[in-house]
Amino acid sequence: MNAAAQNNPALLEVIEMTHFFGGLRAVHDYNLTLMPGQIRGLIGPNGAGKTTIFNLITGIHTPTQGRIELEGRSLVGLRPHQIAASGLGRTFQNMLLWRHMTVLEHVKLAHYAQLKYGLAGAFFGSRLRYAEEQRVADNSMRLLETFDVARFADQIVTNLPYGVQRRVEMARAMATEPKVLFLDEPTAGMTPEELVQMIGIIRKIHEEFKVAILLIEHRLKFVMELCERIQTLVFGEVIAEGTPEEIKNNPDVIEAYLGKEEVA
Amino acid sequence: MATQTPQTSTSEHVTAGLLPRIGRSLAVVPALGWLVGVLCAVIIEYVIGDTLAVMLYLPKVPALFGTTLVLKQPLLFPSALLFVLLVYVLPIGVVARLSAGWTNRAAVVLERVPIWLSVLVHLGLLYAVLHVWTEASDYRLQVAKLIMIAVMLTLSINVINGYMGEFSCSHPGFMALGAYASSVFTLLLFKQDRLFGAALLPESLGPYFFPIALVIGGAAAALGALVVAIPSFRTRGDYLAIISLAFMFIVKSAIENIEPIGGPRGMGGQPQWSTLPAVFAGMAICIWIINNFVRSTMGKALNAVRDNEIAADAMTVNTRRTKMVAFMFGAFWAGVAGGFYAHEVRHVTPGSFGIQMLAEILAMVYFGGLNSVVGSIVGAVSISMISEILKPLQLYKWIIIPLILILVMIFRPTGLVAFRDFDIKRILGARR
Repeated sequence: MNAAAQNNPALLEVIEMTHFFGGLRAVHDYNLTLMPGQIRGLIGPNGAGKTTIFNLITGIHTPTQGRIELEGRSLVGLRPHQIAASGLGRTFQNMLLWRHMTVLEHVKLAHYAQLKYGLAGAFFGSRLRYAEEQRVADNSMRLLETFDVARFADQIVTNLPYGVQRRVEMARAMATEPKVLFLDEPTAGMTPEELVQMIGIIRKIHEEFKVAILLIEHRLKFVMELCERIQTLVFGEVIAEGTPEEIKNNPDVIEAYLGKEEVA
Repeated sequence: MATQTPQTSTSEHVTAGLLPRIGRSLAVVPALGWLVGVLCAVIIEYVIGDTLAVMLYLPKVPALFGTTLVLKQPLLFPSALLFVLLVYVLPIGVVARLSAGWTNRAAVVLERVPIWLSVLVHLGLLYAVLHVWTEASDYRLQVAKLIMIAVMLTLSINVINGYMGEFSCSHPGFMALGAYASSVFTLLLFKQDRLFGAALLPESLGPYFFPIALVIGGAAAALGALVVAIPSFRTRGDYLAIISLAFMFIVKSAIENIEPIGGPRGMGGQPQWSTLPAVFAGMAICIWIINNFVRSTMGKALNAVRDNEIAADAMTVNTRRTKMVAFMFGAFWAGVAGGFYAHEVRHVTPGSFGIQMLAEILAMVYFGGLNSVVGSIVGAVSISMISEILKPLQLYKWIIIPLILILVMIFRPTGLVAFRDFDIKRILGARR
């Protein structure tokens, strides 16, 4: 960690971010401080604006107001690929894999910003290009092994089982060498056994790659198990923030999820 | 086995078992063996073709395997068939099979040398085949050259429509820009003509400057692509198709209205620089560079942009640059093909770069297969051939070709050989 980061130890900081879609206020005054190596959760009912927050931070939308800083550098106004290259990796709720590409090509392509050869190298097949392609391929295979999907390397992703596709997507996100990883509902559509495996995978990512993780999730059990701190989002506003224990017993959260208790 | 080929027609009862057996026995022939076989066949035709044609009551050596001839005079079908069997099918099969032993050994040797050397050997043989084959008539020569130009065009549009998955209709426009830009360059410098007056440099120097003329053509087309790409950044699908179609018409009518380059009457008198070796070399370089590009991770970014742009962005791919590069790159090669075309037909008019040419190019790329170098080659060769063969049918040609396309779209929606990597090592390798 460099000197600048020591003054401001937060890895990712979002300050008073607000976003409007036309007249609709999708996110209101959202704040986030993500420390290095932390796992945080973002929960909330459908349509609360969780994915919008991800899209705002990763540059798919530009926030109407507010600041976003990664290691003290502002991300607002950068294009999504620049934000991704500066160390913010993500997965998607519905995975968004490339349907005509093989597993290995997926992970290789996520090295795009790290490639050292230019267009001339690509056109004429320079020596540097082949060296780079080899390096990237080796690195990709290592990642695929980490996620236990190396045996599918040459298969087209759409032919693979759902659980494998999820792992491929994780491997792809890790290939961008993120410092912060955003996981958008990594357990969507998973069976209970797959869910347990996913907890293991996320723990493994966290330990091996030393990334900070921000997690959107519906299943409270999953979030409670993994996260140090949890924010609850309702209609674009954070209504509660705290440790899993605090969130579990927070009356506002219970209300948002289960409705108000009838007073007889 | 192959020696029994002609007997299959006479003894029907063994055919069922024989054809697969022939197929199996020919499977051991490497690419080198096929090239040797074809070379023998064209040499045989070169030597005894005329005599054989007279013996079979054919008016002359059939230019395109007798197909055109048969459409004009159906009664000659048996003779034409026999000619093709005797001159092509039989020698190719026999020589390829019999030489399989040593061609395989040669292929093993070639696997050990650097890949470029092996490619050069194969290309040399292929060129020899084309050279001998096109000796027969000027018509054949022109067909061969136009087919190779079509291969370049199809590959270049495949970069945009196949690899990047945008439906771009501006290819005839790019080709026109390339054809005109390179023509202006050569006419201005090396030719005495009615538009630009006396030549500035001696014409004998010209052929050395032909590559420069082609690059200028390609650069003009790439510049045109930039003009299309900028407004179409934020649009995809149908909108880009409309913008690019508009661009094609703009180029056409712009050229029609610029008198200094001939206006609607076009521009003629280009020197005959698109010789067989030149076009062949151009095509080989085009295939090489495009294949290099689309197989690199940088080129795979095109596929990612096509399949899901948001995910590509999130995986650090600079999607805007990627789209721009693909568009200009594809246009560049269309421009180069246009340059070759202008120096082959030696008279270009804006009218020839219109909707009909677009239809032909699109037919080639969608017939052959998207996202595939082999597919582009297959598509360009087969559609150009079919189109040339069906010429005697005149307008009916434009009923048959679309029908073929419809059938392909029904049975193989992405084309004949789609989504396949062009793996030179595997194609040229020995068959063990």
